[in-house]
Amino acid sequence: MTATPTIVLVGHGMVGQRFLEALAERGLTATHRVVVLCEEPRPAYDRVALTSYFSGKTPEDLSMTDMEFIKGHGIELYVGDPAVSVDREARTVTARSGQVFDYDILVLATGSYPFVPPVPNKDATGCFVYRTIEDLLAIEEYAKTKATTGAVVGGGLLGLEAAGALKGLGVETHIVEFAPRLMPVQVDEGGGAALLRTIEGMGLSVHTGVGTQEIVTDADGAVTGMKLSDGSELATDMVVFSAGVRPRDQLARDCGLTVGERGGITVDEQCRTVSDPHVFAIGECAQAADGRVYGLVAPGYEQAETAAATIAADEASFVGADLSTKLKLLGVDVASFGDAHGTAEDCLDVVYSDSRSGLYKKLVIGRDGTLLGGILVGDAEAYGTLKAFTGSVPPVSPESLVLPAGAGESAQLGPTALPDDAIICSCNNVRKGTIRGAVTEHKCTTVPEVKKCTKAGTTCGSCVKVLGQLVTAELEASGVEVDKGLCGCFGQTREELYEIVLALRITSYQDLLDRYGREGARGGDGCEVCKPTVASIIASLAPAIGANGYVLDGEQASLQDTNDHFLANLQKNGSYSVVPRIPGGEIAPEKLIVIGEIARDFGLYTKITGGQRIDMFGARVEQLPLIWARLVDAGFESGHAYGKSLRTVKSCVGQTWCRYGVQDSVRMAIDLELRYRGLRSPHKLKSAVSGCARECAEAQSKDFGVIATSNGWNLYVAGNGGATPRHADLLAQDLSDAELIRLIDRFLMFYIRTADRLERTSTWLERIPGGLDHVRDVVVHDSLGICEELERLMAAHVAHYRDEWSETINDPEKLARFVSFVNAPDTPDPVVGFIPERDQIKPDLPLLSIGTRPTENTADVLEGTAQR
Amino acid sequence: MTLAPETTDLKVQLQLRDGWFTVCDLHLLLPGRGVAALLPDDNQVAVFRDRKGRLYAIDNRDPFTGAAVLSRGLTGTHQGRPFVASPLLKQRFDLLSGQCLDDESVRVTTYEVRAA
Ligand code: SRM
Ligand SMILES: Cc1cc2nc3c(=O)[nH]c(=O)nc-3n(C[C@H](O)[C@H](O)[C@H](O)COP(=O)(O)OP(=O)(O)OC[C@H]3O[C@@H](n4cnc5c(N)ncnc54)[C@H](O)[C@@H]3O)c2cc1C
Ligand code: SF4
Ligand code: FES
Repeated sequence: MTATPTIVLVGHGMVGQRFLEALAERGLTATHRVVVLCEEPRPAYDRVALTSYFSGKTPEDLSMTDMEFIKGHGIELYVGDPAVSVDREARTVTARSGQVFDYDILVLATGSYPFVPPVPNKDATGCFVYRTIEDLLAIEEYAKTKATTGAVVGGGLLGLEAAGALKGLGVETHIVEFAPRLMPVQVDEGGGAALLRTIEGMGLSVHTGVGTQEIVTDADGAVTGMKLSDGSELATDMVVFSAGVRPRDQLARDCGLTVGERGGITVDEQCRTVSDPHVFAIGECAQAADGRVYGLVAPGYEQAETAAATIAADEASFVGADLSTKLKLLGVDVASFGDAHGTAEDCLDVVYSDSRSGLYKKLVIGRDGTLLGGILVGDAEAYGTLKAFTGSVPPVSPESLVLPAGAGESAQLGPTALPDDAIICSCNNVRKGTIRGAVTEHKCTTVPEVKKCTKAGTTCGSCVKVLGQLVTAELEASGVEVDKGLCGCFGQTREELYEIVLALRITSYQDLLDRYGREGARGGDGCEVCKPTVASIIASLAPAIGANGYVLDGEQASLQDTNDHFLANLQKNGSYSVVPRIPGGEIAPEKLIVIGEIARDFGLYTKITGGQRIDMFGARVEQLPLIWARLVDAGFESGHAYGKSLRTVKSCVGQTWCRYGVQDSVRMAIDLELRYRGLRSPHKLKSAVSGCARECAEAQSKDFGVIATSNGWNLYVAGNGGATPRHADLLAQDLSDAELIRLIDRFLMFYIRTADRLERTSTWLERIPGGLDHVRDVVVHDSLGICEELERLMAAHVAHYRDEWSETINDPEKLARFVSFVNAPDTPDPVVGFIPERDQIKPDLPLLSIGTRPTENTADVLEGTAQR
Repeated sequence: MTLAPETTDLKVQLQLRDGWFTVCDLHLLLPGRGVAALLPDDNQVAVFRDRKGRLYAIDNRDPFTGAAVLSRGLTGTHQGRPFVASPLLKQRFDLLSGQCLDDESVRVTTYEVRAA
């Protein structure tokens, strides 16, 4: 036996890694030698997020192992070296490499393996499973080179994920499920039906109630199809088995440890094996004290904590866990919680179902009104709150909880109504009380801080929204005034700063910071949040406050985001894209030719954008002035694709050519684009004009959209595409040209005045008290008496507009900034390089590599600086 | 002829292994913004000037994306210390230590810099 006791961990998966963290937290890594045998070629990674590999996450992004942590705690991690045998007499583990490790404590965290039904030819070329990064790499390779059709065996949770992945790879996808419905474990018949409709609507073929009998292969042994139990044959080039998992307990069986009837290493409430006090088993390989094998990560984490606590001689136990799940499968929300199938005696269902939109919601209610469980398909917004209320009588009627928002009776339960012991984050088993404690006792004031402090929200992320609401509520309740300030430098909101700048005619950022900034920020250099925000306010108000409207003038140049600073859009390799304005999307052949010639002469990649204009990519910073000299010469202006300002006003061809058109939509689009070009605003502004109600210009998805009627124009506002689409609301009908423009002037100026930074009109309208009715009162009925001022501000903008690029190319001092190197103006940046693709260029990415990429995902803490 | 103010012929210089390396005239540095310079060993450095006139220099490569763009980021003060935010994915770097403020495990090289 060694002097320092040794803990050997077999399996470095998600649960194994959490176990190591729990050891470290309890100081056990200091008192013990810790050895980890890891079978896979890489240390622990986020298996739950595996599928996000297909949406662009790299294996490094998925990693959960911080090598600093491993090194810092002196953990010996052997990657690619699995345990092959255990000698419990001698207390040794032998690894594949031949190394033998003595142990005082052995922890098995070997996870599961995918179950492959024993059908003939199951190992043929083209058959895969879906469990590891290596599996995904193999599937991707095959799908891209050898397959046009694929079939997934299994329509459960993992099967649907696998199917989504195949579809994403461009393969025509079939799902074969033995049970009569999809996701038989989680949802009931009604939920399965809603899911089926939505999934078929996405173009996947679903075959339920049939089994797989044989994989059919060609002469070379590659998959060509499968025979199904109903006698039919399905042609397919590849098969992914996703028919459930089985615990990996072979190592344990081989050394005589007790396993359950259906597999799983049998452990007690402390996660210690029932056969040997020196051996623990945690995660998916273990059969817990309640007789179940848990296939979810949250119970595994709890087991990891329990085992670590037991080793540290603390009290802890794992007696069972909730199987609630919330997933987004193929973009569809699916959630089930509590007694989802209504197995309790005497329970009743409350069901809302709308097959048209693929919605299905069921709550299981006990006789006394207790919420016992439920199933949500298509919209799982309420999952967090409903799950937390499970086991109690909700304060409002159950039917109001399942009705869609806006359907009269529907009620939204805020998380503040929850009891303290309600679980908010089920992945990490964090209760509401703990989160409140993080705010009140540990003085956390932001979601990232609370995440760090409690681990809540750090796994699947589905609870982060509720977390945010709780933090704000708690701060407000404890009398801490929630800091609504713009950033660490300013305690005012953007709207307040706008009022200050306008009223006091402040034209300098430093002046504003030194007079109105937070105490500690005065005299400093500000931050990346407030500088562009203030620059934008000054630019929007420039003529009215007597500032220069040119965004590169004097101090203003130092405040602009990099895109505005170079009047172009920065691309991933440090090159820029160039977008000239093409008002209304109308362009004469001569101008098209000029763009073509410029792109050809500078070797740029060209693409028609989603905004009805042309983007030229791959310009080096020193080429921008040369390109623009030619564009300006040909009569082009900046398209402000880089600015938080007016982007495009799209048009449809309208009355002039279209047999249905009732107004000249192209002319109106051009007029609007020219009127509002260059207008700096809290976020970008987009617009469109359609010539009739057929709406070919998609005006209802724009910040301000115009649709022609036989009597004039209808004005819609606050539409949005993007990640959270919103249909625009009708603000006013049958307007004349002049009425239309006057209303848009007022609407835009009111938005610019009152919106937060980076708040599109859609979120703004949803946020401001009174919503659409209030905005209509202000801009149509002038309820605040400010319309004259709004119109005057807009008129000043229109009168003072100048093209930024033509101003810049005539200013040698500004042009001197457009170089890669200040000390070598003629040398291009060597990291910016291109390689050919489809007869054009694309960035040469290997040029960008500098060692390994950091693994931690910091995206959610990057907004803004400083103390808030 | 009028006498130019004192600062006009000051040069921005970096301390390299074999002595001070002149980058450019000080007046080319706009307070609150950076410029990039190419070093004899082909490394790139981003040089910044703050509103008080202090100079900072760090490696120009953004460790998160590999692009040579840190000189084009926005600068600011965080808890009294100067930083630059990468223009690509917005991670902030302390200008004095090179430490990434959003990811403890990342740091960029810093250089000693002076106006002389
Ligand atoms: C080039 C283009 C894609 C294309 O090849 O077609 C594009 C490219 C970018 N879009 Fe877009 N969007 C483009 C049309 C759109 C559209 C379609 C449209 O305008 O009709 C939309 C949906 C409509 C909408 O905005 O409501 C769109 C919604 C977004 C969003 C999501 C906005 C939202 O409110 O959710 C972002 C992200 C953001 O702004 O925060 C975004 C951001 C971006 C950025 C700026 C991302 C970035 O920071 O690098 C891309 C840079 C462009 C560049 O480097 O030149 N882009 N983007 C399109 C340029 C149109 C143009 O001529 O100016
Ligand atoms: C695509 C997919 C999506 C999922 N989605 C969700 C979800 O949304 N929510 C959820 O809760 N769960 C989800 N899961 C399940 C979740 O990933 C598992 O519950 C979790 O990974 C279990 O952790 P574990 O450490 O027990 O096992 P694993 O993560 O499988 O780790 C076990 C490790 O042990 C290694 N090993 C095995 N034998 C040996 C040996 N002899 N020597 C050394 N090493 C060995 C294995 O190679 C493996 O790396 C998903 C799983 C998959 C595959
Ligand atoms: S919106 Fe109406 S007018 Fe415009 S192109 Fe479509 S059908 Fe024609
Ligand atoms: S519920 Fe998954 S991270 Fe909180």
